[in-house]
Amino acid sequence: MAIGVPPLRISRAVLVGAATIAAVLVLWWSVTSGLRLLNPLRLPAPAEVWAASQQILDRGYAGATLWQHAVHSLGLVARGFAVAIITGIPLGLLMGWSRRAEALVNPIFLLLRPIPALAWIPLAIVWFGLGDTGKVFVIWLTAFVPSVINAFTGVRQVDPVLIAAARTQGASTAQVIRHVVIPGSMPMIFTGLRLSLQASWTTLVAAELVGAFFGLGRVLNIAGQDIFPGMIIVGMAAVAVCGALTTWLLGLLERRVINWRPAV
Amino acid sequence: MANRNFLGPSGTVLGPVEFWLLTLAGFGLFFGTWSLVSWSGWMPPNLLPSPLAVWETLVRLWNQPFAGHVYAEHLTASIGRFLMGWAIAVGIGIPLGLLMGWYRILDEIITPLFDSIRFVAPLAWVPLAALWFGTGIGGPLLIIFVGSFAPCLISAYRGARLVEPRLVEAAQMMGASGRRIIQHVLVPGAMPSIISGLRVSAGLGWQSLVGSELIVVGAGLGYLMVQGQGNLATNIVIAGMIGIGVVGFVIDVALRSVEAWFRRRWGQA
Repeated sequence: MAIGVPPLRISRAVLVGAATIAAVLVLWWSVTSGLRLLNPLRLPAPAEVWAASQQILDRGYAGATLWQHAVHSLGLVARGFAVAIITGIPLGLLMGWSRRAEALVNPIFLLLRPIPALAWIPLAIVWFGLGDTGKVFVIWLTAFVPSVINAFTGVRQVDPVLIAAARTQGASTAQVIRHVVIPGSMPMIFTGLRLSLQASWTTLVAAELVGAFFGLGRVLNIAGQDIFPGMIIVGMAAVAVCGALTTWLLGLLERRVINWRPAV
Repeated sequence: MANRNFLGPSGTVLGPVEFWLLTLAGFGLFFGTWSLVSWSGWMPPNLLPSPLAVWETLVRLWNQPFAGHVYAEHLTASIGRFLMGWAIAVGIGIPLGLLMGWYRILDEIITPLFDSIRFVAPLAWVPLAALWFGTGIGGPLLIIFVGSFAPCLISAYRGARLVEPRLVEAAQMMGASGRRIIQHVLVPGAMPSIISGLRVSAGLGWQSLVGSELIVVGAGLGYLMVQGQGNLATNIVIAGMIGIGVVGFVIDVALRSVEAWFRRRWGQA
């Protein structure tokens, strides 16, 4: 094939995939609208989901429009995540570099690590109420532990030969850490961040379902109470889009930070 | 001693005395700070009870029912629910993942469906689960299933794809049927990946269970915590967190030892 000419063949996988999605949509329409096999209170018709999305986009639902809810939830995840990175990665690097720090801090992790961040939600509500602080706190917890552990593992996986090589060239400890250890542990750190980003959305949705004034979890909660299946689907779709969006942004950041490694 | 850090982290090794002293200091730091914060009155005891008060609460909950049941009943309710939901996820996810790895058409059909709902956080299924299966047993089961299904499917699929093609070809050449190849080549070859997927999925399933119990259920550790929170009884909330942590820890250790046993038994990495 000549360079610069994009191949015009559609692969079999894309074709089958598109056909499957189309089949599911047709099936969805026919059991809810065409044949009316399912109670609309169980599974809403496509038209109802569309109407619900128009309602929340134009007039709003559960106290705000979809944009406002989504931006609110995104902001909480961004804040909790940022705090977790700022606090967790330096601690993990320190524990990886110094065996003394590891021995001292490890017991605390041993005690706290098995408790999922979700289980902190009731305590966060007692401590901080239903506002934003409690949510940022539980998202911080979600992302903090993987940040620490992966930064720690990342440091330990740095090839000692590289450190020794830098030393023989006269690098100081600070230079070794800055130019060898931190870049060397970056891939591992990003692996941890990717996992904890997904977990952060789960935690946030749970926290907002338990109690919140705004956010996508609040939309889901009110829609559940109103028995409004169309809005439930809209809320779930919005959560998925936000989750995919943040994962994509993190991927961009990863390629920016780890720019010496060819894209996988 | 100037160059103890010459080779970086792997160059320095602590003596056993220093290691244990620091570890002990770490535990001391944790419980010491906790006790200090609660005893000094910096945080009132109804917001942060001391470790001792939490221990007393645990003993009390063990003997007297709270939120309808004694502690052990909440514990077994949670564990039972988790095991059921996880078993369904494993029972569907692993065979499906293996078949997707084996039959290309199945891969092409299921992957786009899977990808289109992959980003829906498990807990976002709560309202729909309640609508479909109620808040009794069915709803929470769906949440646990959604939480733990993805790692089962992905690990079995990856495991099947990573099986050495030459082994499959060899089996085919000897005249093995599709079913026999799946049973004797694909499944054993995919096992290491499947077992690590099981561990991940159990962890996620346990988390999802906790989340679903916070929102919809009438018994279990999560429910105990919500009731404690409603009464501003943080000692009960923390007692619930301890149970959740212990069970999560036991699940993880159990599956890690299965993983280790499997590696020894089959000599695979």
